[in-house]
Amino acid sequence: MKVRVFVSLKNGVLDPQGRAIHHAIEGLGIHGVQDVRAGKMIELDVDDTVSDEQLDTMCKQLLANMVIENYRIERLAA
Amino acid sequence: MSFRSAVITFPGSNCDRDMADALEKVSGTAPHRVWHADAELPQGLDFIALPGGFSYGDYLRSGAMAARSPIMQAVIAAANRGVPVLGVCNGFQVLTESGLLPGALLRNAGMNFVCREVALTVENSQSLFTGRYSAGQTITIPVAHHDGNYFADTETLDRLEGDGRVAFRYGEDVNGSARGIAGVLNPAGNVLGMMPHPERMIEAEQGGTDGRALFESALNALASA
Repeated sequence: MKVRVFVSLKNGVLDPQGRAIHHAIEGLGIHGVQDVRAGKMIELDVDDTVSDEQLDTMCKQLLANMVIENYRIERLAA
Repeated sequence: MSFRSAVITFPGSNCDRDMADALEKVSGTAPHRVWHADAELPQGLDFIALPGGFSYGDYLRSGAMAARSPIMQAVIAAANRGVPVLGVCNGFQVLTESGLLPGALLRNAGMNFVCREVALTVENSQSLFTGRYSAGQTITIPVAHHDGNYFADTETLDRLEGDGRVAFRYGEDVNGSARGIAGVLNPAGNVLGMMPHPERMIEAEQGGTDGRALFESALNALASA
């Protein structure tokens, strides 16, 4: 089963990368974009023995840094 | 007195030789060189240094992989026993990722890699790493980093300041760090993480010697312990 983990910076944490992307979008001549936040998506291929709890542990202890980031787990249908 | 120190090398560390050289020049004893995959540290260490560089290519987050490497479990145990641990640059990132120090190091606010000498203010001259400096002293130490923007929530920042755990502060805005913090101590005072590179300011040939007192402080603290 495919699992996607989305890691994003918490609100209030400055995102210079998002700001640079925002600036570059404006450079394309496209206006109306209010804000840009960059994150990362990590795709895992896991078998049935991996529990929700274990996925949570992976996120909390490694995939996300809970001081600055939030995560969201999305399970994809096989 | 022999000074038993160790420098940890991760794949991608690039300041480990500078750190080892600094420790040897100041203490007169060459440090043990320890590899990231080792599960144990040499016995009876007086000092452990985590050097700068780009451990594991900065994959996932700076310091994230190194913080979970086998040797770091031994470093964490040693730190918890009171062994002095210094993390410089990437070493600081490893210390925050491992939970030995609070906060995190984000991408520099200006997005650019910053590589130059900066002025630092010594905020705490009572710690075992800073005893040879005086409080309020301004020193010049180089920085070279992309992810040096220190972040912690307001409550944590207040606690760090209130407890005298801000060791060094930038004399100017370098990377957007919260309250200009350049180096922080753990609650027991035996773990210091800092972005600037004191090991690059040991001899006059390096352009200055302001980093030397940090290592002398640790030696002195050991001798008087």
